[in-house]
Amino acid sequence: MSKPIAPQTSHPSGKPFLRLEAVCKTFRRGGSETEVLRDISLDIAEREFVSIIGHSGCGKSTMLNLVAGLTQVTTGAVLLENREVNEPGPERAVVFQNHSLLPWLTVYDNVRIAVDKVFGRTKSRAERDAWTLHNLDLVQMTHAKDKRPSEISGGMKQRVGIARALAMEPKVLLMDEPFGALDALTRAHLQETVMQIHARLGNTVIMITHDVDEAVLLSDRIVMMTNGPSARVGEVLDVPLTRPRNRLELVADAEYIRAREAVLKFLYERHRYVEAA
Amino acid sequence: MNAPLSINAAPPRPVLVETAASRPPAAAAQPAPAPATAKQTVVPLPAPQRYRPSRAVAIAYDVAAAVVPPLVVLALMLLVWQLATSGPDATLPSPLKIWADSSDLITQPFFVNGPQDIGLGWRVLTSLERVAYGFGLAAIAGIVLGAFVGQSVWAMRGLDPIFQVLRTVPPLAWLPISLAAFRDSGPSAVFVIFITAVWPVIINTAVGIRNIPQDYRNVAEVLRLNPIEYFWRIMIPSAAPYIFTGLRIGIGLSWLAIVAAEMLTGGVGIGFFIWDAWNSSRLSDIVVALIYIGVVGFVLDRLVALVGRIATRGTASA
Repeated sequence: MSKPIAPQTSHPSGKPFLRLEAVCKTFRRGGSETEVLRDISLDIAEREFVSIIGHSGCGKSTMLNLVAGLTQVTTGAVLLENREVNEPGPERAVVFQNHSLLPWLTVYDNVRIAVDKVFGRTKSRAERDAWTLHNLDLVQMTHAKDKRPSEISGGMKQRVGIARALAMEPKVLLMDEPFGALDALTRAHLQETVMQIHARLGNTVIMITHDVDEAVLLSDRIVMMTNGPSARVGEVLDVPLTRPRNRLELVADAEYIRAREAVLKFLYERHRYVEAA
Repeated sequence: MNAPLSINAAPPRPVLVETAASRPPAAAAQPAPAPATAKQTVVPLPAPQRYRPSRAVAIAYDVAAAVVPPLVVLALMLLVWQLATSGPDATLPSPLKIWADSSDLITQPFFVNGPQDIGLGWRVLTSLERVAYGFGLAAIAGIVLGAFVGQSVWAMRGLDPIFQVLRTVPPLAWLPISLAAFRDSGPSAVFVIFITAVWPVIINTAVGIRNIPQDYRNVAEVLRLNPIEYFWRIMIPSAAPYIFTGLRIGIGLSWLAIVAAEMLTGGVGIGFFIWDAWNSSRLSDIVVALIYIGVVGFVLDRLVALVGRIATRGTASA
């Protein structure tokens, strides 16, 4: 695969690639209804890296699951390239929070199962093998390809999860708090990996996070959610920092500080987390 | 292993020190030469002298620890049994009498003297063949039905109460129906084993399938696995520990049922042998047969457990 290098601008222009149109989601359990998301509208351009941030319980993961097709919208629509999304599919690959590797398969086989499923008809056996190894190489996990998930660290598992998602050559890469369960150093390391891969492949990425620094460092835009229930899109912040970004240089960057401050103010002044009684 | 710990190292330059604790045991006998960089600053301490048994001795000790206690208990039990049954009006044979009456059965499992006068090994093999058919069918049907019940809420609601009632029916209660249906003792015995062993397999498989983590289901959905791929690649491996628990209970029940079924259907199995021996008052033979049954049942259980351990490698630990 030889996609051109992602544009250096932080505003990839063009037609809306992924569009959420007035999406509402209500969960029914027994007689009671809970409205989780109300009237979410969002346009995401191709190759854009968008983070969704908000306090826990605001429906971030529900929103991701709607785009993934794992849950269905109550009203409204999710459109990918003008086609409605209503079931899961490999063109919207998900990196799950807790890696979700299959423990009875080796690292290689965990990626290979996805490759076989997506490219079983279009690639030969040798090509699929090479493509599996290529994706493991992207996340620097070739050395552990014959290990089982229980034999590698949490950060490594998440790398394999990313490799599995990338191997499907998705139109949109969905990441549900991908680094939430990792320690700070491992997380920083993986953020670098994701930035490199995004620069190289130019994927469209939606990432759920609750880490302000992570959101500012990685994103072109940050979508800030109000508190649930009935969460809405509170604000959308552009992060016009040039890429490639270096976390050490950014610490003193005025634009970075301004973006960081804006997100923090949104989360802790205007939409402070209210503990449920 | 921890970072090397240096006690006497002077601070001016970093010194890599090999301590006694980090040295391999083979080099522990003579004081190892201190590394060149640590010449002046580190005094090599003699390694603590500790008795380390050689590998062969350690293995022998482990084997003895596992084998000796049951042997001691067995000897005590035989002694008590001998004392309790050695009176003139004892109703059961003593161990010495059993040896005198039936030593040929114990020492020669595979003799053939006539159509009904064969070694217990042959009889056990005949019974095992029936168990293999009955249990094999039960394993296949149980896993398929269990998967169906486990992944469909409506199948569970419809079938689970019926399974729960049927599984309490004792094996022998199925025998008359089975004889009426098949009109032959061979298939009837196989059916009784099947119907006894199938319930724990179904129920455990269903529980295993119901407990497949949502994460794996999501992965399968994103990958768009079709039902057959989902069955082989997600369901079976994920539920394997539960399935093998069911199979292990099932093989135990099969072995219970075969003896009972053969008592009534006749033939050359170990169950019929006991019934035959009872009718001709050969109590010693019955005791020997009981020991055969116990040992074979134990081996079957361990065999299924071993297969399960190999098959679920990796699954259970993650």
